[in-house]
Amino acid sequence: MNPEQQYIDLFVRYEAMICQHSAGVLNAQRAKAFASFEQSGFPDKKQEQYKYTDIAKLFEPDYGLNLNRLDIPVNPHEVFKCDVPNMSTALYFVVNDTFYKEQLPKSFLPEGVLLGSLKEMAESHPDLVKNYYGQLADSSKDAVTAVNTMFAQDGFFIYVPDWVVVEKPLQLINILRSTVDFMVNRRVLIVLGKGAQLRLLVCDHTMDDVNFLATQVCEVYAGEGSVLDLYEMEETNMSSTRISNMYVRQEADSNVLINGVTLTNGSTRNRTEVVLAGKGAEISLNGMAIADKDQHVDNSTFIDHAASDCTSTELFKYVLDDESTGAFAGKVLVRPGAQKTSSQQTNRNLCATRKARMFTQPQLEIYADDVKCSHGATVGQLDETSLFYMRSRGIPEREARLLLMFAFVNEVIDNIRIDALRERLHLLVEKRFRGELNRCKGCENCK
Amino acid sequence: MLEIKDLHASINGKEILKGINLVVKPGEVHAIMGPNGSGKSTLSSVLVGNPAFEVTKGSISFYGKDLMQLSPEDRSHEGIFLSFQYPVEIPGVSMVNFMRAAVNEQRKYRNQLSLSASEFLKLMREKRAVVEMDNKLANRSVNEGFSGGEKKRNEIFQMAMLEPRLSILDETDSGLDIDALRIVAQGVNTLKSAETSTIVITHYQRLLDYIKPDIVHVLYNGRIVKTAGPELALQLEERGYDWIKEEVAE
Ligand SMILES: Nc1ncnc2c1ncn2[C@@H]1O[C@H](COP(=O)(O)OP(=O)(O)OP(=O)(O)O)[C@@H](O)[C@H]1O
Ligand SMILES: [Mg+2]
Repeated sequence: MNPEQQYIDLFVRYEAMICQHSAGVLNAQRAKAFASFEQSGFPDKKQEQYKYTDIAKLFEPDYGLNLNRLDIPVNPHEVFKCDVPNMSTALYFVVNDTFYKEQLPKSFLPEGVLLGSLKEMAESHPDLVKNYYGQLADSSKDAVTAVNTMFAQDGFFIYVPDWVVVEKPLQLINILRSTVDFMVNRRVLIVLGKGAQLRLLVCDHTMDDVNFLATQVCEVYAGEGSVLDLYEMEETNMSSTRISNMYVRQEADSNVLINGVTLTNGSTRNRTEVVLAGKGAEISLNGMAIADKDQHVDNSTFIDHAASDCTSTELFKYVLDDESTGAFAGKVLVRPGAQKTSSQQTNRNLCATRKARMFTQPQLEIYADDVKCSHGATVGQLDETSLFYMRSRGIPEREARLLLMFAFVNEVIDNIRIDALRERLHLLVEKRFRGELNRCKGCENCK
Repeated sequence: MLEIKDLHASINGKEILKGINLVVKPGEVHAIMGPNGSGKSTLSSVLVGNPAFEVTKGSISFYGKDLMQLSPEDRSHEGIFLSFQYPVEIPGVSMVNFMRAAVNEQRKYRNQLSLSASEFLKLMREKRAVVEMDNKLANRSVNEGFSGGEKKRNEIFQMAMLEPRLSILDETDSGLDIDALRIVAQGVNTLKSAETSTIVITHYQRLLDYIKPDIVHVLYNGRIVKTAGPELALQLEERGYDWIKEEVAE
């Protein structure tokens, strides 16, 4: 059976049940998604966008799904301690795809902010959610988005109205829990009105040592003059697969910072598409990956300069050890009329062994003349003269290597605009390099 | 005490050191001079265990220990320090973290407890004073964007932090302005004692005016071809190396 068939069969068989346990706004998009998935199936590696990750293969295994929404008995507050504690009191949990409603942080959220389960928000505020849900994520263009749209029943929603500033950073923890091999299709919707401000840290964790496949489609709307920090941190285990598609639309003078950190994982594919739709919008898109064993991390970005005077800055850094593989493909499109565009893309990579492999591919398409665009990519090893200099001062080789690797990725961490998180990440990265970071439950399985 | 016997070393199959013999006793200051490319920096690299060089023959012992058996880091822990002719820039590694790792690794080797954060910062302050190094430099990445003179001053600062038994100063004077030369040389003198030894590699007498050598050697074409008292340096300053090359040729 081809990998598509099981998803087609599953959908046909359980469509009613999927819909019954979700909301109308989400259900309304399923048929269209199904039609395009049935027609196009999964992409093969010949498709430019998926050159470095074999998507079909990731979907091939037989995973269980929780379509009829059986309760997963867990109190995340009790069983779970995130590595980024005390960042603020505003801590929220999503278990698999379900927003955890008990013990919510005391409401300090400003007037008008809506936060919670996507399904419930779609039921209580259908007109609002309908305006945004599935408007950026186009199922006909991406098979993963199609599958996610077919099966997604819930997830996370936050809406910050015009001119509202959420002072305290929010932290959302995604936990994967299951006793059998399991698939989760999570949906996230983030909407910032004009002049709104939000800082959100999203952490991905795995609690069990079964195989997980988590797809996530996240749509982000940054209204005129809004400011959004979105930090994503993955700390899952070797048997986890994460496939994330993020779609961002920025209006005039909005400022968005995205920083995706892959600390531990199995296979990860992150696609980020940003449309700079309004004049003067700014995006800073960053990523960092530390991989070893046979981990795989693929970041694929697309920045669409659709308006004039916009700025995009990309910085991605990878440290690859053992037989791990990394990929970075970054496309920048400057549309006709997007004058005074400034775009800078940097991808630097360290391969600690000969078997670690990095693929890097910048792609610029420029149709305007008054623009400043640059890109640079390097793949290298640790600098031997620096290593020797450190050793000559009594720093053992192993320690010297750590210091250099640490220095290498620090540049990405330093872009974080929440002090507590930046400090914490410095520490976590150091622990990670020292092999002291507790991998999520299931470490026994981390070969 | 350092004892070098019939030391041969090569790089990429090319022999650079062709039989060096040298004994440096505690409390002594030796100057090594010699034309460009004669092998002075190679000798210092070999002493600190640079893996780029291959020792093909001979032996080096340091206070009875066979240096060839020790890694670069352990040579440092045993008290050997090289002030590099060309110090290395390490972007992203702060001077503070670099020095803390160096000092605490040395303490670990000597079965001493690590310094607390405040003890360490106090030590940094004290030693910075020895070479009058600006606090701003100490807060930057190792040598990154330092001027030539600042890098040399930083080398001696590191030496002050690590308190070696044998210091090898490879052209530490080059790049230093007149005032800095005096300050750095005085720093070196402050750190000197009857138990420590110094090898000064230089082309000029001006450094030796401050750091007075007991013995002066001329290294030429991979060998020490002349050894004499401090007056030899003055002679070289006046006459250059031709007469020595002629002596060797005879
Ligand atoms: N990596 C290398 N590959 C080939 N030859 C080398 C290498 N490093 C040094 N050499 C050669 O070894 C010889 C000795 O160099 P070294 O740096 O020891 O000289 P030096 O006496 O310190 O000179 P200077 O006074 O100019 O500092 C030179 O001829 C140099 O070109
Ligand atoms: Mg030299």
